[in-house]
Amino acid sequence: MSSILSIQKVVKRYAQHTALNGVSLEIPTGSVFGLLGPNGAGKTSLIRIITQITAPDEGKILFNGMPLSTLHINEMGYLPEERGLYKKMEIGEQAVYLAKLKGLNSNEANKQLKYWFEKFEIQSWWNKKVEDLSKGMAQKVQFIITILHQPKFIILDEPFTGFDPINAELIKNELLELKKSGTTIVLSTHRMESVEELCTHIALINKSNVILEGDIHQVKNSNRSHTYEIKYKGNVISFTTALWSGYELISNASMGEINIAKVKLLHGNNTNQLLQTLLPHVEIESFTELIPSMSDIFIKTIEQSSSIK
Amino acid sequence: MNKILLIIQREYLSRVKKKSFIIMTFLGPILMGGVLAGSIYFSTLDNEVRKILVKDEIGITRGKLKDDKNIKFIMTEGDLEMVKKDVIKNEYYGLLYIPPISDPKVLQDKIQFLSKQQPSLTMLSKMTNEIERELNNQLYLSEGIDPEKLKRIKSNVNIQTRNLENKETSSEATTAVGFVGGLLIYLFIFLYGAQVMRGVMEEKMSRIVEVIVSSVKPFELMLGKIIGIAMVGLTQFILWIGLTFGVTTVVSSIMMKDKIDQVTRTVPMNGALDANIDDVVKKNTSEDKIDKMLANIPVTKVLICFLIYFLGGYLLYGALFAAIGAAVDSETDTQQFMIPITIPLILSYIVSANIINNPHGPLAFWFSIIPFTSPIVMMVRLPFEVPVWQIALSISLLIIGFIFTTWLAGKIYRTGVLMYGKKVNYKELWKWIKYS
Repeated sequence: MSSILSIQKVVKRYAQHTALNGVSLEIPTGSVFGLLGPNGAGKTSLIRIITQITAPDEGKILFNGMPLSTLHINEMGYLPEERGLYKKMEIGEQAVYLAKLKGLNSNEANKQLKYWFEKFEIQSWWNKKVEDLSKGMAQKVQFIITILHQPKFIILDEPFTGFDPINAELIKNELLELKKSGTTIVLSTHRMESVEELCTHIALINKSNVILEGDIHQVKNSNRSHTYEIKYKGNVISFTTALWSGYELISNASMGEINIAKVKLLHGNNTNQLLQTLLPHVEIESFTELIPSMSDIFIKTIEQSSSIK
Repeated sequence: MNKILLIIQREYLSRVKKKSFIIMTFLGPILMGGVLAGSIYFSTLDNEVRKILVKDEIGITRGKLKDDKNIKFIMTEGDLEMVKKDVIKNEYYGLLYIPPISDPKVLQDKIQFLSKQQPSLTMLSKMTNEIERELNNQLYLSEGIDPEKLKRIKSNVNIQTRNLENKETSSEATTAVGFVGGLLIYLFIFLYGAQVMRGVMEEKMSRIVEVIVSSVKPFELMLGKIIGIAMVGLTQFILWIGLTFGVTTVVSSIMMKDKIDQVTRTVPMNGALDANIDDVVKKNTSEDKIDKMLANIPVTKVLICFLIYFLGGYLLYGALFAAIGAAVDSETDTQQFMIPITIPLILSYIVSANIINNPHGPLAFWFSIIPFTSPIVMMVRLPFEVPVWQIALSISLLIIGFIFTTWLAGKIYRTGVLMYGKKVNYKELWKWIKYS
């Protein structure tokens, strides 16, 4: 898969600190790319370099194989975390203005806006001012403005904050729609469940460095802890004794007749061996691998990278 | 380039369409016309006649004090204490008491005026003049000089100012033109500079700025805003000048008609026909004279320079106002940064009064060369025939000055406009300027 955006050893220094310390990333064309990291890790700095609001001190960025330049501005859509609209300007008027700044002419802008306002059923807002809208309503308009000029590359910084669950779902579906049409989406968020639902790739930034990057399945695979949840009926002591060597019993809880245990494989044992060990002693009800959530991976990786330093 | 035009267009239209702009545009000239009409009206309104009792113990002023439209002298012979009571009872405005001293040189310091209210300066000087004239006449007579003869032979100097091309010039008109030009520039910088600042703050605080700077360069956004607002200002001024001219023409023609009516109506009553017609005629000729004076000011030069200094001064300060708007998080934080911008402006305005007295001195020269004060000070100096090289130097420095402040402001703007929740001081600003 080719990369729509290739970030190579980008360094950004501010007066007091280094925001990006030689960051390299490949964002595959058509992916939904989760840009993750704790607050202050350097995500916003990276996004502002990609959107050409600021320039990197070192390193280079290729957009579709070409050095990133002002020519690419109109091909990008950006929804910043700190976002707003002119309070005293009518919604329709400022949407047209912002679309024109992205290179659309009046006709196209009006046509596109009409389409989206109808789709979101907000035609009646056209002549309203932002100060008359709720925060969630304004967010909806901002989302439309971001994708109005049909950019091939969209960066969304915390797109779901301020939305109720219904509207969050609406936006999510739009993103899936865009993904289907081949748009590359960079999603910066702290909501790990959105990452699980939407992202195909992720990068984790901590303290100005990329500490984890890749396809979300690979990332999950390589972060497997080989831990299984086993529900069984039978004697707890014989269950424990059976796991004496080669396995680690992390926890065991009794729920009446049924026990729920978490077991980790050690020394390269596989699941068949585990089952063979247990079958003579207890009756197994269910057996599932505990796949780490993105949230677990996030916390674990950050902690590891911090303890190394 | 196309995008900066879009920004200018938005900045311009969103302001021109505002109700406050339309209201101010129409209200401004009406207010100005109103002030003018009011001042004319009130000046004609003061026709209260104040009766002043004169108790002259030696009779040197008897029958000789001349009344005017606000003062009427009434001679009295009554007892001093009784007369004082009349004054207290408010029947008279005051009592002028000339004690029985025959030597004018001694008398001149002994004359008293008693009144409930402190008399106005015009009233005092009127009384002083009247008495002085009579005392002088006494002194002339005692020295054997005929006052009539003296009056006849007295000269009355009226220096005509001419420039080297031998054209008639007028210091009064020149001063007025320069001062008004300077005042307009001063107002324009403050009014519209503040608008630039508020516009930048609005974008920063409503958080729309990051959306916009992902489409255009921050510098373009700043420049677009400054230029757009300049055009709003120019539009408003042109409309104001047009409307003010219209309104004042109408108002003054009505007032003038009233006045002439009044004059002709009062003529038969006091019988001083000649004097009044003289007055009217005199007035007309003095208006002609003003026209002539204005005609002799280098109008085209002043007008072109006005436009240059008007825009140059605004651009110089507008960029700085934009930088302040970008640096702060709230209106209250602007104060500390406003002071260094306000000081040169106010200083140049204060200095202008001095410069009118000495338009070619070193103070005038330096203040009209330094870009931060030149827009106002040079405007004030300009009608006094400033050497061309000085104007050229001043304008060049002004252009360099606004390029410099715009560049400087651009740096502060770029960093500041995306910086939230940080208390900014001068040290911080310096870092932003140094950075990249």
